[in-house]
Amino acid sequence: MKNLVVVAGNGLLDRRAFLRGGAALAAAMTGYTLARPAAAAPLADDPWSRAPGTNVPAYGVPSRFEKNVVRTLSNPNGEPRTQHGRTPHHLLQGTSTPNGLHFVISHAGDADIDPEKHRLVIHGLVKRPLLFTLDALARYPMVSRMTFVECGGNSAPLFSREPIQASVQALHGLASCAEWTGVALSTLLEETGVDPKAKWLVAEGADAPALSRSVPIAKALDDAMIALYQNGERLMPGNGYPMRLLLPGWEGNMNVKWLRRLKLVEAPAMSYYESRTYAPILPNGKAYQFYFLQEVKSFITQPSPGLMLKAPGFYEISGIAYSGNGRISKVMVSADGGQSWAQAALHEPVLSKAFTRFRVPWSWSGGPAVLQSRAWDEAGNVQPTRAQIIAVRGQSAKVPPVTAFPSQHYNGVTSWAISSAGAVSHVYA
Amino acid sequence: MSTHKLTAALSIFAVNFGCLAAGPNLGKPIDAAEIAAWDISILPDGTGLPPGSGTPAQGAPIYAQKCAACHGENGKGAANAAVVGGAALTNGIDTVKTIANFWPYSTTLFDFIRRAMPYQQPRTLTNDEVYEAMNAQTLPKVRMPNRDGFIPRFPDKL
Repeated sequence: MKNLVVVAGNGLLDRRAFLRGGAALAAAMTGYTLARPAAAAPLADDPWSRAPGTNVPAYGVPSRFEKNVVRTLSNPNGEPRTQHGRTPHHLLQGTSTPNGLHFVISHAGDADIDPEKHRLVIHGLVKRPLLFTLDALARYPMVSRMTFVECGGNSAPLFSREPIQASVQALHGLASCAEWTGVALSTLLEETGVDPKAKWLVAEGADAPALSRSVPIAKALDDAMIALYQNGERLMPGNGYPMRLLLPGWEGNMNVKWLRRLKLVEAPAMSYYESRTYAPILPNGKAYQFYFLQEVKSFITQPSPGLMLKAPGFYEISGIAYSGNGRISKVMVSADGGQSWAQAALHEPVLSKAFTRFRVPWSWSGGPAVLQSRAWDEAGNVQPTRAQIIAVRGQSAKVPPVTAFPSQHYNGVTSWAISSAGAVSHVYA
Repeated sequence: MSTHKLTAALSIFAVNFGCLAAGPNLGKPIDAAEIAAWDISILPDGTGLPPGSGTPAQGAPIYAQKCAACHGENGKGAANAAVVGGAALTNGIDTVKTIANFWPYSTTLFDFIRRAMPYQQPRTLTNDEVYEAMNAQTLPKVRMPNRDGFIPRFPDKL
């Protein structure tokens, strides 16, 4: 353990400690979840080792012991309003969100679409309006990319004037990352032709409210995709089966699910969601419009509220960083509320507009600590502290319910306090 | 390979493969009449507004029957958000947004109500019912109080 160099306050270790300390450090690591007490008896075979196991299912699901690794639902009985399902970041690792745990917001349930009958129409200011079936799209050249999708309202509880005690799932669970495969929208627009007067397109879903958003034509021609596959399989119903618009790095709501129509137009339609919902009010009474970008952000997932540190010792602090502006270039982690910082290791490959896993080894002394992460992206943007973003954007006059959206587009720092007992709580620091 | 031969080879390559760049061309041409039933986008200048009109007297019972259960009597809010009233936006970032205090364009009303309301039976209102007291000429001329209340966040992305 001679190579374990403390590089920042409260026991943060050099990110290369794993490479140097190797197995010795790994053996000394303490898990966040409570381990079962070590058996006092000599080792013996358990029942599952003494007989054949269960039948291989046609479609696999996680172990029955993982039943708590689920989305949390805002409206489980389907009352006539929006439904949210949030990703359990604290129970996941790596950078790819399993399809069944990808966050979902559905404004009137998940449309149940027969793919044989679904159609995509591209019209408006084009030379040739065209209709595409799913079969037709499946014959086009495909592109794949890892990218995150994040609701513009993710992390909104951090606009509360007091820190809301809730899990990272409740606070930041409206962001997920997957490998999406589909047809580049630019490929289809080459075939329809684009009238030079077209400056926007209006995307519309086949769901009950025909959800509609306006997208600048430049984004459509840049990296937009008609996504058909999610982590290798067809899109989940809640993520837009059989096709959605994918706008890497841009507000989740614009990534229109169950996509059925793209109309090229001269000016934005000023749809409900762009002119009302995703237009955050500023302290001076004006409101931001066309926010679009999901800006550079990070948060620590392990440890986080709900997970316990059962004893002093070695831990790995781990979390997720991402930016709608490109690749993450650096993540710094503090264990003393931002007084000193250690650079985190970034799990390779670091991909543009995708989740990047960061890790820092930590020797917890057993005393109080405040953990924070802060990310930088390749475009030079820095994740703001909470104080910095609140100074510009204001904060709620009250402590709203954790599922409320007092504002939009919070990308400031999140702080977790560790008590001497090893409990994790949400604080502003 | 001489320069001449290389140029010739490249030309053949371009001729043979240039057509692939245009894509598989598997889209089916479709005309405006075929799209019409889906083409429900309204622009702020009124583009796309259909014919139709109503009067306040005709609109009141429609509101009572199809809207009030969620939006309350006279639009004051119930299970869902109020559509009228609303505090000044300078009251704080979590001021409840209503049509009156926030929405920049009146055309959004027609667009959203027609496409998404009533919640359980979207796109069942007639155009006359959606218009209530307005029509395609008068609606876009309504200047909403908060029209100039917005700042584009990233103008370079537009």
